[in-house]
Amino acid sequence: MSSEKPVMIEFRDVHKYYGDYHALRGINATIRAGEFFSLLGPSGCGKTTLLRTIAGFEGISSGAVMIGGEDMADVPANQRPTNMVFQSYAIFPHLTVAENVGFGLRKDPRSKAEKAKAVEDALGMVGLTGYGARAAHALSGGQRQRVALARALILKPKVLLLDEPLSALDKKMREQMQVELIKLQRQVGITFILVTHDQEEALVMSDRIAVMFEGQIAQLADPETLYRRPASRKVADFIGTMNFLPAKILSEAGGKVEVEAQGFGKITLNDDQVMSAEGSAGGATVGFRPETLTILFDGQTGSDFESEAVVEEVVYYGDMTYYDIKIKGCDTAVRLSMRNVFGRPVLDIGTKTRVAWSAGALVLFR
Amino acid sequence: MNGGWFRIYAFGFLLFLYAPILLLPIFAFNDGAIVAFPLAGFTTKWFDQLWVEPALHQALKNSLIIAVSASILSTCLGVFAARASTRYNFPLKGGIIGMIMLPLVLPEIILAIALLVVLLGIGIPLSIYTVILGHVLVCTPFSIAVLTAAFQSLDKSLEEAAYDLGETPASTFRLIILPLVTPGIISSLLMTFTISLDEFLMAFFLAGTEPTLPVYIFSQFRFPKSVPVVLALGTVLVVASIILLTIAEYFRRRGIAKMGGKDTGGFL
Repeated sequence: MSSEKPVMIEFRDVHKYYGDYHALRGINATIRAGEFFSLLGPSGCGKTTLLRTIAGFEGISSGAVMIGGEDMADVPANQRPTNMVFQSYAIFPHLTVAENVGFGLRKDPRSKAEKAKAVEDALGMVGLTGYGARAAHALSGGQRQRVALARALILKPKVLLLDEPLSALDKKMREQMQVELIKLQRQVGITFILVTHDQEEALVMSDRIAVMFEGQIAQLADPETLYRRPASRKVADFIGTMNFLPAKILSEAGGKVEVEAQGFGKITLNDDQVMSAEGSAGGATVGFRPETLTILFDGQTGSDFESEAVVEEVVYYGDMTYYDIKIKGCDTAVRLSMRNVFGRPVLDIGTKTRVAWSAGALVLFR
Repeated sequence: MNGGWFRIYAFGFLLFLYAPILLLPIFAFNDGAIVAFPLAGFTTKWFDQLWVEPALHQALKNSLIIAVSASILSTCLGVFAARASTRYNFPLKGGIIGMIMLPLVLPEIILAIALLVVLLGIGIPLSIYTVILGHVLVCTPFSIAVLTAAFQSLDKSLEEAAYDLGETPASTFRLIILPLVTPGIISSLLMTFTISLDEFLMAFFLAGTEPTLPVYIFSQFRFPKSVPVVLALGTVLVVASIILLTIAEYFRRRGIAKMGGKDTGGFL
């Protein structure tokens, strides 16, 4: 869907040095118009720096940042078609809510009444109708967040940059704002670029995600691909939970790889299931998500493969139960998650059971 | 009793600090040329004399001109220095800031004499302008100290946000930075004004034939008959400074409340 839309932002081999420190190491990526794009990575990976090169707050050492096909090298931050929502919100404390939201309209040639209308519309968009006359400093965290959004969106930028906008909010507020941001993005149709260290947030909100480590993009993909087919062991470790079992490659031919994984026996995988072992200590491993392993309750039959297993640990979450189970022939326990369905018991520690998996859910890191 | 000795200590401290000042008005209204108990009766004649003393008026005028000029100049310099030291990095920054702050701890008499020698050496006549120069030198470090605190509490992303919203660095400074550091600027103006107004050493060395108020008061103390007049003058100054500080504190608190900041006490 998004591939049909025009390119909004393009990074061409972007490098950034702070003295000797190499903060961005050859970033190449394109972000399309109307996309909700996330830069995800641990702190210090360069994601905020990359965002700030789009805004124009950081220069780059080499390469090019293009917005709408135009090289931004000589365009200062105050003339770029981007607006930013800051991590601290950066609400001007000496101004009212309306003055904050209308700040960017100062040089707008429209009449006072029209501008006031635009401010009220922007406030309405973020659910703050009637808050205009309030003092900005008297707002709650969530309200400041909304004011910051309205203040950026009132200028109708081509790109909205969001620097960890939800990190200061509590969990409930954060989840609510995630949904609101997605809705808002669909409504205004502007390209959103979000910086976050929260993989769950990135998965929930984004059309595409660039996972960054140490100044480089490790993988750029849609959330599902990122989750199901992480490009490397490092990405797999960073996003969600993944089990790893040692594996031995038996043969490779015709786009198929035959491996023998501990406890799983011989499995044949497709080429597209083979990923880089970068970030792994030892040799080849087979990885799989907790929910791709299923406990076979009475009367069920497995899909591709089955094995005996023993429950070692049970963590009950209400809607879900997490089991640490030891599959027959494995050295270590693996994590498995089951949705709790009415009438299905939660297994006790020590229960002997059978588990099943499917070859398609596995990923080989080598 | 809990903390009994500390109470006595605190009381003694305050007494020592303020009792002498309380004596000022007592003797200023005392109908006697000698400053001693018992009191001789109530009079306002010493205050009347303040009105008919041209030399005093001239000294007061000099002092006000000097204090206003010095406080504005040193606060301007303080704004530049505080801005530079909190927002930019440049080689030898620590050393340069340290050198600027040095007059804070340097014996003032050394500064005064050195300045006098240099001024006379290059042939600049002593006047209220040379006193202003000396006072700017003395006041600027105080100004920087107050303003650095104000600039430091400024979130950098506020500036970036204004810039991001289309403002230039100059208009960002005017619209965002300046209003937010205004309480600091007022504090600085007030403090440097007060420092300059009662500064003696620099004024004594650099004033030439145009004495400031402290220099005038000092010179009057040689004549016993003018001591009550000086006390009356002192009383007026105490009342004036209390009024001034009250007004300043009112505006400072109002500014903080308006921006929702936390009251960190400030200098006043």
